[in-house]
Amino acid sequence: MPKLQSAAELEKFRAEILASRDPAKPCIAVCAGAACDGMDSAAVAAAFVAEGGKLGDKIEVRTTGCHGYCEKGPNVVVTPGDICYFEVQPGDVPEIMAATLKGEVVERLVYQDPNTGAKAVHMHEVPFYKHQTRLLIGDNPKIDPMRIDDYLAVGGYAALVKALSEMSPVQVLDEVKKANLRGRGGGGFPAGSKWETTRNAPEKTKYVIVNGHEGESAAFMDRAMLTGNPHKVLEGLIIGAYAIGAQKGFMYTRHDMPLLTKHVRNALAQAKEYGLLGKNILGSGFDFECELHFDVGIFVSGESSALMRSIEGNPPEPRPKYIRTSVSGIWDKPSNLNNVETWANVPQIITRGADWFTSIGSEKSKGTKLISLSGNVVNSGVVEVPMGTPLRTLVFDIGGGVRDGKTLKAIHFGGAMGGSIPADLIDAPLDFDGMSKLGAPIGAGGLLLMDEDTDMVEVARYLMDFLVNESCGKCAPCREGMPQMLHILTNLTKGEGKPGDLERLEDLAEVTGLASLCALGKTSADPLKSMFRYFKPDYESRIAGGSAGK
Amino acid sequence: MCEQKIDGIIEKYRGEPGSLIHALVEIQHENHWLPREVLHKIADALTVPFAQVMQIASFYKTFSLTPKGRHEVHVCTGMTCHLRGAAKLRAKVEELTGLKDGETDAESRFTYETGACLGSCSIGPELIVDGKHYGRMTPEKIEDVLKQYE
Repeated sequence: MPKLQSAAELEKFRAEILASRDPAKPCIAVCAGAACDGMDSAAVAAAFVAEGGKLGDKIEVRTTGCHGYCEKGPNVVVTPGDICYFEVQPGDVPEIMAATLKGEVVERLVYQDPNTGAKAVHMHEVPFYKHQTRLLIGDNPKIDPMRIDDYLAVGGYAALVKALSEMSPVQVLDEVKKANLRGRGGGGFPAGSKWETTRNAPEKTKYVIVNGHEGESAAFMDRAMLTGNPHKVLEGLIIGAYAIGAQKGFMYTRHDMPLLTKHVRNALAQAKEYGLLGKNILGSGFDFECELHFDVGIFVSGESSALMRSIEGNPPEPRPKYIRTSVSGIWDKPSNLNNVETWANVPQIITRGADWFTSIGSEKSKGTKLISLSGNVVNSGVVEVPMGTPLRTLVFDIGGGVRDGKTLKAIHFGGAMGGSIPADLIDAPLDFDGMSKLGAPIGAGGLLLMDEDTDMVEVARYLMDFLVNESCGKCAPCREGMPQMLHILTNLTKGEGKPGDLERLEDLAEVTGLASLCALGKTSADPLKSMFRYFKPDYESRIAGGSAGK
Repeated sequence: MCEQKIDGIIEKYRGEPGSLIHALVEIQHENHWLPREVLHKIADALTVPFAQVMQIASFYKTFSLTPKGRHEVHVCTGMTCHLRGAAKLRAKVEELTGLKDGETDAESRFTYETGACLGSCSIGPELIVDGKHYGRMTPEKIEDVLKQYE
């Protein structure tokens, strides 16, 4: 593949790809997302390829990233028509192939409502999917993440073309600011303002970073996005670099997901080959390179300043926040960091405009949000809904409610530094500010259901235990305060609580929160605070009775 | 251990102190642990003080300074796996192998570790052996899984 020298060449190449593809030709997309992969979807894909070989070239078989409905993997989607097959085994393959050739459906493998028995064949009819707005993750079944041509075929890199050929960097920045795109990594800080700070910083050398660390427990939507559609994230990053005036980017992600590293590595190489990375991108005069870096196994390295130390090759110790990384980050150069989902939003904002983007979502939180739905839920998976969607829709319409017919006790957001709210707040809308006020900030978007049997004291102990192990140890209040909280919580779970324990916990929570440098220490007691707010009787009973009863 | 491969990795980063973590990750993946003499070689080649190499190698959880067993047994302790009964899996693995978190048995058959979270929450609780996921695990099924690894 020769380098694409201009926007026109890219569009011509896209037209050639589309002309060479027959939209009526059946295509079977086998999900290789984290959960499907764990259920050996590779064997299913191999069976499809073998069976397809026997039939000649009549059916295309594609291995893709996460489709979303992880609970029912391995997932298979057949186009045209987006026919969804669930829990597909290699033995089912010949039947699916035969039916697909005849334009028929294998009824026994389609979705069936567990209560009514009603079947749903097409994706837009399946309850898990039909309440979603899948702007970011929706392309996953259409793309083999190893093939940049698949991304181009769904309109990929059109936003980059538009930005480089029709817009100045300031216009791109203004569009993102106008769209009020807020950081999806947890803080909800406006991405446009952050970009502007880095752009305006006096140093000439600037960096942009994709935070794909995703260390939050039970959060798996970013890796679904980055593994399944790496070019979308990369396109967002290149556009951001253009707006900011950065010459170099870093993809920072996990080292322990073989498919993720393979896809990202490959995407960077392909983009370079096509001339979408490197010197004079598409003849615009804009130069940009991107390097891949790996987290090597500690939660705090997802914190922005710690992450930057790690890229430099140092231990990931956070530093005080009065020096902003957007002004002085990697090697003391202005460094703009956003998470995977934030970058993935950029291309559509450029292509479809800020007015379109702000028409989706709630008043102060625009666009959609990717959510990892798990815990005691019937349908776990990766979900995308407009901001402002009531939690009830997520939990019941999409999630199908609580497993094993139990009742909902709590909804937990934001992993180990998040919070839990009781079931009666289920009509609250999914919104950065609203959820923060309730004490369960969205965080990166890990949503867990907890059923009636959940011991809230044990949950707090578990989360604190996790954080104690993940603290880098730099700040004494975090390093020493958390083990003290863990000690008390452990006693409570054993039924050995003493009068004064809850007050001491509150005291420790306050000091650790005030005197730690980074969010890990600062918000370490947030789950505990939310529990004191909503589930205090669960804690008091451990003191008064002195027994471990619920 | 394949000395040639390790030397090849070190050579790739010769003279680049900033690539310390890259070099350590690659060697860890290749060799499953970081012998002290290899760390000395890295320090010399990348012109990084040995103390700093040790600081990084001992800080990050991915790096192991002791040899690992032939098979790595991992029980996910992420939140969903926890809510869905990971503690019972841990107890069973510990009973069957006689190991505690982080230990390797005398025959170097298994190294047992726990940790969060690999993001396959939908099929939790899970056991992962040498990178292969065994989803929707129950304590009863563990013995049969471990038998496959000698």
